[in-house]
Amino acid sequence: MAFLRQALAAARLLLVMTVLLGIGYPLVVTAAAQTMPSQANGSLIVADGTVVGSSLIGQSFTGPQWFWSRPSSSDYAGTTSGGSNLSPGSSAQQQAGAEREKALIAANPNAVGPVPEDALTASASGLDPHISVAYALWQVPRVAQARGIDPAVLDSLIEASTDRAPLGYLGQDGVNVVRLNLALERQ
Amino acid sequence: MPTTLSAVASIATIVAVLAAIHVPLGSWIHRVFTSPTHTRVERAVYRVSGVDPDSEQKWSVYLLSVLAFSAVSIGALWLLIGLQGLLPLSLGRSMNLDTAFNTAVSFVTNTNWQSYAGEAGTGYLVQTVGLTVQNFLSAAVGLAVAIAVIRGLAREHNDRLGNFWVDLTRGTLRILLPLSVVAAIGLIATGVIQNLTEPTTITTIAGGQQVIQGGLVGSQEAIKELGTNGGGFFNANSAHPFENPSPVSNLLEILLLLAIPTALPYTYGLMVKDRRQGLAMVGAMGFLGVGAMALMAWSELSSVSLEGKEQRFGPIWSAIFASATTSTSTGAVNNLHESLQPLSGGVALLNMMLGELSPGGVGTGLYSMLVMVVLAVFIAGLMVGRTPELLGKQIGRREITLAALAMLITPALVLLGTGIALMVPASAGALSTTGSHGLSELLYAFTSAANNNGSAFAGLAADQPFLNVALAVCMLAGRFVPIAAMLALAGGLGRQQRRPATAGTMPTHSLSFVVFLVLVILIITGLTYFPSLALGSFAEALQ
Repeated sequence: MAFLRQALAAARLLLVMTVLLGIGYPLVVTAAAQTMPSQANGSLIVADGTVVGSSLIGQSFTGPQWFWSRPSSSDYAGTTSGGSNLSPGSSAQQQAGAEREKALIAANPNAVGPVPEDALTASASGLDPHISVAYALWQVPRVAQARGIDPAVLDSLIEASTDRAPLGYLGQDGVNVVRLNLALERQ
Repeated sequence: MPTTLSAVASIATIVAVLAAIHVPLGSWIHRVFTSPTHTRVERAVYRVSGVDPDSEQKWSVYLLSVLAFSAVSIGALWLLIGLQGLLPLSLGRSMNLDTAFNTAVSFVTNTNWQSYAGEAGTGYLVQTVGLTVQNFLSAAVGLAVAIAVIRGLAREHNDRLGNFWVDLTRGTLRILLPLSVVAAIGLIATGVIQNLTEPTTITTIAGGQQVIQGGLVGSQEAIKELGTNGGGFFNANSAHPFENPSPVSNLLEILLLLAIPTALPYTYGLMVKDRRQGLAMVGAMGFLGVGAMALMAWSELSSVSLEGKEQRFGPIWSAIFASATTSTSTGAVNNLHESLQPLSGGVALLNMMLGELSPGGVGTGLYSMLVMVVLAVFIAGLMVGRTPELLGKQIGRREITLAALAMLITPALVLLGTGIALMVPASAGALSTTGSHGLSELLYAFTSAANNNGSAFAGLAADQPFLNVALAVCMLAGRFVPIAAMLALAGGLGRQQRRPATAGTMPTHSLSFVVFLVLVILIITGLTYFPSLALGSFAEALQ
């Protein structure tokens, strides 16, 4: 009996709280978010009147004329996010890394230096919009050749598309591949 | 900046901010739970719920209210997820019955283990009206229990611990809700989305197809971290750029999930009218928490792998997030824990195995630490031959039995659960790999469930009937057995008279006690879990 009485109070309280927290709270936050429509709606990039992506969500780029994103478990489809869950020491991961390295070196014969770590590993979300500055610079000879652009122009585009780590240590510098390739396309 | 210096600066930043906010936040929480007046909104809530806010409850009635509220919540959430297909704003998403049960238990017990993928299992209605609501309420239940337990220690000749309905309502409306509104707006400013747009397919720059997701993510993300819940709107959780778009949002999320658990010891000190007690407790929590964070950062820097990590966070801020989320009961992830270096994966496990008290979840961290304080007082009493006392209350047979029960239930669930699961073909078949890493996968799942954490070595294919039910049982027992034991303990202590301190009283606020407490925690955990860690993470690290 005591439990039933408590359960009845619980059910009524849960109902009230659901209205306050499940409807009232999200509505208030959504209303406040409308003062920042760009962020609230996904930081969408519009080119020539159509949405071509989000500056926060990485895209898949293949072909020598593009800067490539990091490997992704979902190939940037955007439906279900996630990664490989492979342990760094596992043979599956070692093998995947070796295969990516081989393919990258074959496709970038004029690249200077070793293949950067982020080019060999898949991100946690499968939607990482960034690559390291090193990986972007590593790709410059290939893109310059494919597009017939002066490498110095590409260097400055990379510079303009780099998101710096706040205060120099909160996170890492990253080149936003979506913004970079869009700038490249507009050259 | 050199990486070691970066790591030190990063951890120091978090410690400094928490040190600055724990006093005002702790005082505010103290005021909320000791204020004699109800606000107008609260009075209306009590009237509709049919509860008398001015009558206090004995420990047994308080516990009954906790259990009734949680049982009703699980039933309602299970029903809501089950009926999802018939309701609007569901985007055609659904879950199996056993997955829905696991999810309902998971969100009500503040675990937020997710055997479904966020984008596939839940539509906007369930995320908001179901999961966001429980993100608040499950945290508020933990907070209420912690406050009730402190009252038992603070009071004399009094068998009442307060009123659960009042504690629940105040914790929600006066603490979690206002902080969440501010945090949500802050997160949205950094790029977290907050809209009701259905997922839309766009044509990318290179001419491919991509789905851009929508949803009320900002409002859910704020309370997900603040309430140490951790259930992601998306499968990738706080690694998804729409949940955690930048280093700034990342820092904010880490601070949110640590804020209340770090402030509660200060509240404790104020309530027992001896602030040194709170300082000693936060000292022990901080030592263990910062130690684990530093160890994980060192491990990730000693051999850098970016598999399962986002470029914007990198190894240091992935390690810090991973440590913060496992040493609280959060379980949100900004990187894939299964892809951490074996040693850091082991530290993440160890953080949970400590019992989540460095600083632990909202409320749960405080009472988990009190369990260890009681045990430490008892062991120290045995060693020096004195009657064990805590704040002038005698720790007798009843107290030590209850504290031992609260302490032992999680290792029992973890070790027996993992052992049984290894013998069941269904769960052994769910492993994504074999050998010591495969063992860690299953051990991590049961550790995460029994400690109400919710993070995962996510290679495990956990969405199958056996694991869904077994892990739900662990979440339930791991949540409510310690709550029952601690409320019973507090009820008994409240009735006792406080003995005056004498020259023979062992102080529980001195540095030597803090060191002793930390050692007790490490030795008890070490003895309990060393064999399983040795077979899993340590063996893998040595390979």
